[in-house]
Amino acid sequence: MIHFLASIAMTAALALNGPGHGYHVGDKAEDFKLKNVDGKMVSLSDIPKAKGYIVVFTCNTCPYAKAYEQRIIDLHNKYASKGYSVVAINPNDKDVKPDDSYENMQILAKEKKYPFVYLYDETQDVAKRFGATRTPHVYLLDADKTVRYIGAIDDNSEDAAAVQAKYVENAIDAMSAGKTIATPETKAIGCSIKWKKTN
Amino acid sequence: MKKLAILPVLLFGFCDVRSQDVPMIQIDQLSYWKNNTSDTVYVLNFWATWCGPCVAELPEFEKLNKNYKDKNVQVVLISTDFKRNLETDVKSFVLKHSLQSRVVFLNEPRANDYINLVHPDWSGSLPATLIVANNKSYQRFFEQKLSYEELEAAVKAAL
Repeated sequence: MIHFLASIAMTAALALNGPGHGYHVGDKAEDFKLKNVDGKMVSLSDIPKAKGYIVVFTCNTCPYAKAYEQRIIDLHNKYASKGYSVVAINPNDKDVKPDDSYENMQILAKEKKYPFVYLYDETQDVAKRFGATRTPHVYLLDADKTVRYIGAIDDNSEDAAAVQAKYVENAIDAMSAGKTIATPETKAIGCSIKWKKTN
Repeated sequence: MKKLAILPVLLFGFCDVRSQDVPMIQIDQLSYWKNNTSDTVYVLNFWATWCGPCVAELPEFEKLNKNYKDKNVQVVLISTDFKRNLETDVKSFVLKHSLQSRVVFLNEPRANDYINLVHPDWSGSLPATLIVANNKSYQRFFEQKLSYEELEAAVKAAL
């Protein structure tokens, strides 16, 4: 029996890394505490008067993350004053991808003048709990930290000018108007999260 | 006038000899691979020149392509690079590494339109590989870097 339970627990732990696991739309997200680029520990509950949270798994290096840097800044600048701040999280392992180290996060945040927190998920526990698989990967939470949207920022990674559907903006606008989010889940090409090597 | 009309044909022919062309494909081609009734085994690898694990596993696909050339297996390397980098990155990569497997460029800027069509388990992360044998209703999808052994086992099961 113990063996049986142990094997279930192990399977569950392994499954956390795979796609299709982690939070789904409608699940309540657990708060976390991660180190920001300014050295301070940050939780979602630290953000005052939040009506929701735009949690973005991203990194310093991925060409898709790079393509969205300015769009993530614009999202924050448009919505933070309305109660929806961007919470950017880098989940990549620095041993696998040295340019995604905490020090390089600090350099990038300074260079780009990030107006939002940029947190380091060193243990990768938060990314696993959310079920993030790639960068960028967005989870929009409401004030109760219930997941309301998962996916891409918009429908055109390469060309911001050619975007037809602004998925995250549409979701926030619907949510804050008390309407149903028409497209609660989307997918996009992204860089795989660089998980720690287990052996 | 007649001579001028022949010119593009000559130029095209010349380019073709120098290196493998990288034709653009769209969603209809993905649907074809997934839905035609032939007994060909399609090994569809989604990759990009900037993707470290993708580039690292390419030799395994090249090896598979070589070893299974006469066995009704078609390896297709489907680049998802940004279109602006097709000439500079993708074509030069194909040339530099003399890739022998078929390489195509997926000319679809809206990934949400095709990711689920390729496979519902695909989150969008690269590399991703789909192996299909339509006459056997065989499908195997991987969202991970593959070893030659893993690849060959899936292809053998499909044949």
